[in-house]
Amino acid sequence: MADHSHGHGHESAFHATTKDYVIGFVLSVILTAIPFWLVMSGAIADKSTTAIVITAFAAVQVVVHMIYFLHMNGKIEGGWNLMAALFTILLVAIILSGTLWVMFHLNANMMPVKMDGMG
Amino acid sequence: MASTNLTEQYYDLHEHAHPDGYSTTLGFWIYLMSDCLIFGMLFATFAVLGGNYAGGPAPKDLFDLPLVALNTSLLLFSSITYGFAMIAMQNGSKKGLIGWLILTLCFGLGFLSIELYEFHHLIEEGAGPQRSAFLSAFFTLVGTHGLHVTFGSIWLVTLLFQVGKHGLTEANKRRLSCLSLFWHFLDVVWIGVFTFVYLMGVLR
Repeated sequence: MADHSHGHGHESAFHATTKDYVIGFVLSVILTAIPFWLVMSGAIADKSTTAIVITAFAAVQVVVHMIYFLHMNGKIEGGWNLMAALFTILLVAIILSGTLWVMFHLNANMMPVKMDGMG
Repeated sequence: MASTNLTEQYYDLHEHAHPDGYSTTLGFWIYLMSDCLIFGMLFATFAVLGGNYAGGPAPKDLFDLPLVALNTSLLLFSSITYGFAMIAMQNGSKKGLIGWLILTLCFGLGFLSIELYEFHHLIEEGAGPQRSAFLSAFFTLVGTHGLHVTFGSIWLVTLLFQVGKHGLTEANKRRLSCLSLFWHFLDVVWIGVFTFVYLMGVLR
């Protein structure tokens, strides 16, 4: 029962280690605490700079979670795991950027009034 | 190059038995990716509608960042305790596994309680999903994430009973691995939620 998985090329059976989880956890705590602190203290006066910085922290934290918690690498499941994830990231990027691009240009073209008052 | 060699090289000519559930993890991963697309859509919706307050309350008036930080830390703790549960499973420690799973469940339920408290509070204040496009998008996105955590918790309880009754069988290990992916995936989605919904909302 236990042996048959080994003969098979694509069996994943990732071997997580305590070290991996602890590193991932510590990094996540740091990468979560800094954006919260930045927004709550208003350490950076310029809001759009703060927005860009916290977006960067989120992106890094997603990668940290993928590596240390989801154990992503090119090897498990013969790389199909990673391929599926990259394909999904591409799709999500198209969905997000496409939606924002279309909708906000639509907004600018059809409602030349400031957005705040519109609702 | 002889054509027979080519055939053998490119096709699996000799059938061999696939062990039970050998492709479950990959299949479950593909499901998670499709789930990721759902969240992608909801984030896109929120990005479009998030500024339309309809003269109602804005994120700045509604969101309580210390509470969100507490919620975020509960989810993070639940991620590492689930990780320790997986390690206990690898070491064949049923007791350790059950202990860590129960702790994970507590963090998960804590997260859900705070979220429900927050939703209740918002609705009491008249900031329910029907108030404005921003709040509709907010409740849909955060609520969908919350529903996922709810079902993850139900799944976790189910597995607690499964492991309690049948022990660390191959099938149970596979199920625990899938729930591990699910649980950590929800934590990844939450990174997007606290960054783009709460922090950016308060920044606006």
